[in-house]
Amino acid sequence: MSGPAIQVERLVFAYPDGRQALFGVDFTVERGERVALLGPNGAGKTTLVLHLNGILGSVAGGTGSGRIQIGGTGLHREHLGEIRRKVGLVFQDPDDQLFMPTVRDDVAFGPANLGLRGAELDDRVHEALVQVGMQDHADLAPHHLSFGQRRRVAVATVLAMRPEVLVLDEPSSNLDPAARRELADILAGLDVTLLMITHDLPYALQLCERSLLMDDGRIVADGKTRDLLGDAELMRAHRLELPYGFNPHSVPGPER
Amino acid sequence: MTGDGLLVAVDSPVHRIPAQVKLVALFVFVLAVVSTPAAVFWAFGVYAGMLVAAVAVAKVPAPVVSRRLAVETPFIVFALLLPFVATGPQVSVLGLELSQSGVLGAWNVLAKGTLGVIAAILLSATTAPRELLAGLERLRLPATLVAILSFMVRYLSVVSDDLHRMRVARESRGYMGGRVGHLKAVAGGVGALFVRSFERGERVHLAMRSRGYTGRMPLLSVQGASRGQWMHGVAISVVAVVVAVAARMVSS
Amino acid sequence: MHVPDGFFNAPTSVATGLIAAGAVGFSLQRASRELRETGPALAGLTAAFVFAVQMVNFPVGAGTSGHLLGGALAAALVGPWTAVLVMATVLLVQGLLFADGGLTALGTNITLMGLITVLVGYFLTRALLKVMPRRVGSVVPAATVGALVSVPVAALAFTGLYAIGGAVDIPLGKLATAMVGWHILVGIGEAVITAAVLSAVVATRPDLVYAARHLQQDLVLVDADGNTSTVSPDKPIAAKPAGRSLGIGIAVTLVVAGGLSLFASAHPDGLEFVGAKLGFDGAAKDSAVAASPLADYGVHGIGNAQVSGALAGIIGVLVTIVVGLAIAKLASLRANKAS
Ligand SMILES: Nc1ncnc2c1ncn2[C@@H]1O[C@H](COP(=O)(O)OP(=O)(O)OP(=O)(O)O)[C@@H](O)[C@H]1O
Ligand SMILES: [Mg+2]
Repeated sequence: MSGPAIQVERLVFAYPDGRQALFGVDFTVERGERVALLGPNGAGKTTLVLHLNGILGSVAGGTGSGRIQIGGTGLHREHLGEIRRKVGLVFQDPDDQLFMPTVRDDVAFGPANLGLRGAELDDRVHEALVQVGMQDHADLAPHHLSFGQRRRVAVATVLAMRPEVLVLDEPSSNLDPAARRELADILAGLDVTLLMITHDLPYALQLCERSLLMDDGRIVADGKTRDLLGDAELMRAHRLELPYGFNPHSVPGPER
Repeated sequence: MTGDGLLVAVDSPVHRIPAQVKLVALFVFVLAVVSTPAAVFWAFGVYAGMLVAAVAVAKVPAPVVSRRLAVETPFIVFALLLPFVATGPQVSVLGLELSQSGVLGAWNVLAKGTLGVIAAILLSATTAPRELLAGLERLRLPATLVAILSFMVRYLSVVSDDLHRMRVARESRGYMGGRVGHLKAVAGGVGALFVRSFERGERVHLAMRSRGYTGRMPLLSVQGASRGQWMHGVAISVVAVVVAVAARMVSS
Repeated sequence: MHVPDGFFNAPTSVATGLIAAGAVGFSLQRASRELRETGPALAGLTAAFVFAVQMVNFPVGAGTSGHLLGGALAAALVGPWTAVLVMATVLLVQGLLFADGGLTALGTNITLMGLITVLVGYFLTRALLKVMPRRVGSVVPAATVGALVSVPVAALAFTGLYAIGGAVDIPLGKLATAMVGWHILVGIGEAVITAAVLSAVVATRPDLVYAARHLQQDLVLVDADGNTSTVSPDKPIAAKPAGRSLGIGIAVTLVVAGGLSLFASAHPDGLEFVGAKLGFDGAAKDSAVAASPLADYGVHGIGNAQVSGALAGIIGVLVTIVVGLAIAKLASLRANKAS
C-alpha cells in the first residue's frame, strides 16, 4: 500500500445526453489530508467525485478518459469492489442515500455487501450510529427523520464501511447552525483522508487546510484555503463570495 | 400521501401477527367471500361480523375504516346502475322497473367489494410497509419485485411531496387557468416530475453501488412465524372457508 | 378502473391471475439485464412516479374526472418489460397498502391496467416510430397515439372480461359502447399527459426515453488538450436483438387471435366457445353466481354476432399475447443455444 490517497490525471467525461462536464482534471491528495473542493454551481464538482469510486466514467461504461488511482491502486474494473470499500461517498441529498426501510437496515446495507453478518454486522451498525449520535433512531424510517438527522445517518452509512477516504458532497447545506457545528465536530474527529465539496466557505476554512477550486470542468486553483479565500480577484473570477463581514485572515483554521 | 400506507400505529394482537400470516389469511378470507353465492345472505352477515370483530380487536377506529371505503366509490356507482340496465325478468320496486338479476348483481358487487376493501384496510392499517415487504419476501415473491416494491414504498412520499410542492409553486404564482390550461400545466409539471424521479433513481443506484451493491439486496431482517402464530392468524379465514362451503351447499 | 373483489367471478379472477403472474414472471426475465444495469431503484422510482401521477385528476366532462393509467407512458420511458413490473408494483402497493383494487382481483387489475396498456402502448409506439422521421422527438407523437389507444383497448378488454365473468348479464353491446366511449375521453387526457411528459423528458434528458434510444445522436467529446472526437452514445439496452423474438411473438399473436375470433364469430356462441376452450366452462357452471337462482348468466346476452366475435378476438389476443411471447422466448433461448 503506497502512493497518495487520491490521484487524478487528465480526467475527461461527458454525460450520456452529450453534455461534457469534465475537461481534463488533475490533482493529488495525500494520505490524511483534508481538502475542500470549491466552485460555482455546475462546475463539475459532483461529477468529479462520482468518478472517485468508479460510479461514473469509463470504468462504469461511460464516455470519458483519464486515470484515477486510490491509495496506489488503479481504478479498473477488477478493483472496483476494493475501491468502493476504500472510498466512502456521502451524497448531496440524504434522500438519495437512505433507501432502505429503516435506519438500521440502511446503515447495515454497506457492511452487509462487504460480507459481514450477524453480531459483527450489528456491532458495526451500532458503532457507526454512535459516531454520529443517532443510535436511538435505529428503528425509524428514514423519511420520518429531520433533514439534519438524515444527513447524519447518511454519514453513518458510509462510516459503517470504515473507508480510508471520505468524500462528502455539500455536507453542511440545509443544516441549521447547531447541526452544522455538530457535523463539523464529527468530521474533525475522524481519522481519514477527507475531500469535501462545499459552498460554505467558512466551513471549508474551519475543516480543511487546503482547497481546490474548480470551474467549467477544470481545476483552476489549488492551495491553502486561507490564501484562496483571501484572493479577491480569483474569488470574483469564479463567482465565489465570502459571507458578509467574514475575514478569512482573522479566524482560526485547522492549521497547527 | 406518505410511504406509510394506511398504517394505524397502535399495538394490538392483530398488529403483532407476522405479515406473511396476515397476507395469507386475508387472501383466503377474500377468496372465500368471493366464491360465496350472492343469494346466501346470512353468509355475508357472518363475514361482516367476523370483520367487525377483527377491526375491534385491532383497535382500528371505525371512522378510519369508513373514510377509507371511499376508494370503492366508482364501483358503487356501477353497481347501482346494474338494476336499471341488466336484462331478464323485471320487478317493480317503489314504482321503478328493476331487473331482478340486476338487483342481485348489485348486491353481489357491493357486498363482496365492500368486504374485500374492509379486509384490505384491516391489513394495511395493522401492518407497517416494511413488515409487509418482509412478509412478501417470506412468501417467496421474486427478490427483484420485492426490491422494486421497497424502493417504491420508500420514495412514495418523496415523489408525492415533489408533486405537491410543484402544485403549490404553480398556484402560489397566481396560476388559475381554464380547464385546458389546467391540463397543460399539470402535464408539464408531471414531465418535470418524471425527470426528477428518474434522476433520483439514478442517484440512488449510484449511492447503492458506492456502498458495494452488486445486484443482490440484503434480506430484510424478519423473524419467521411460529406454528402458533400461523394457527392464530389463519383461524379467521378457516372459518370463512367453512362458511363459504356451507353457503354453497345450502344454495345448491 | 381498479376492479374490486367479487366483481368478476372466481374463474375469471383465477385466469387473469395466471395471465398476470405469467406476464410478470416473463417480464422479470426480460428486464433482468436492464435491471442489473440500472438497478431496481430506477424501476421503484418510476413506480412511485406512476403512483403519484395517478392521483392527479383531470377533467373528462360532465363534471367528472379521470386520471392517468400510465402504462403506455411507462413503456415508452423504461421499456415494456420494466414497465410491466412497474405497473404490477403500483397495483400491488395500491391493493395492499391503500386497499385500492381487490386482492383477488389483483390479477385482473394487472392484466387490464398493467399488461394491456403497456403492450398496446409500446408496440403501437414502436410501429409508428418505424414510419416517422428518425429523430428522438418522433417518440412524442408516436407514444401519444399509443397512449390514446391503450386506454379504450383496456376498456374493451374489461368488457370482454365482463362478458366472460361478469356477475349480471347486461347488454354487452351497450356496455362496450359506454366503456369505450367514456375511456376514449379518458384516453385523450392520458394522451395529453403522455405527450407533455415525453416532450419534457426529450427536452431535458433525451437519453432517458427507452423507446427512442436507437434514435440518439453521437456525442462530441473534447479532451484535456482541446482535441475533439465523436463517440456513439452508449446504448445499453437496445443492443439486444429483441426485435426478432418480438416479431415472432406478435406474428403468433395475430395469427392465433385472428383464427380464434373467426372461429368464435362463426360459432353461434362465440364466448361460450372460447370459455369452453379455455376450460372456464365447467368452472363457470358452479361458479358463485351460477349457483344462485339467477344462474345461466352465461354469455347469451350478446345478440350481435359481430360484437361477440370481436370480444372473443380481444380475449384471444390477451391469451395469445402471453402464449406468443412465451413461444418467442423459447425460440430465442433455442437460438442462443444454437449459436
Ligand atoms: N446526469 C446528468 N446528465 C447530464 N448532465 C449533467 C448530469 N448531471 C450534471 N450534469 C451537468 O454537468 C455539469 C456539472 O454538474 P455537477 O453536478 O457536477 O456540478 P456541481 O459542481 O456539483 O454543481 P452544484 O454546486 O450546483 O452541485 C452541469 O453543467 C450539469 O448540468
Ligand atoms: Mg453538486
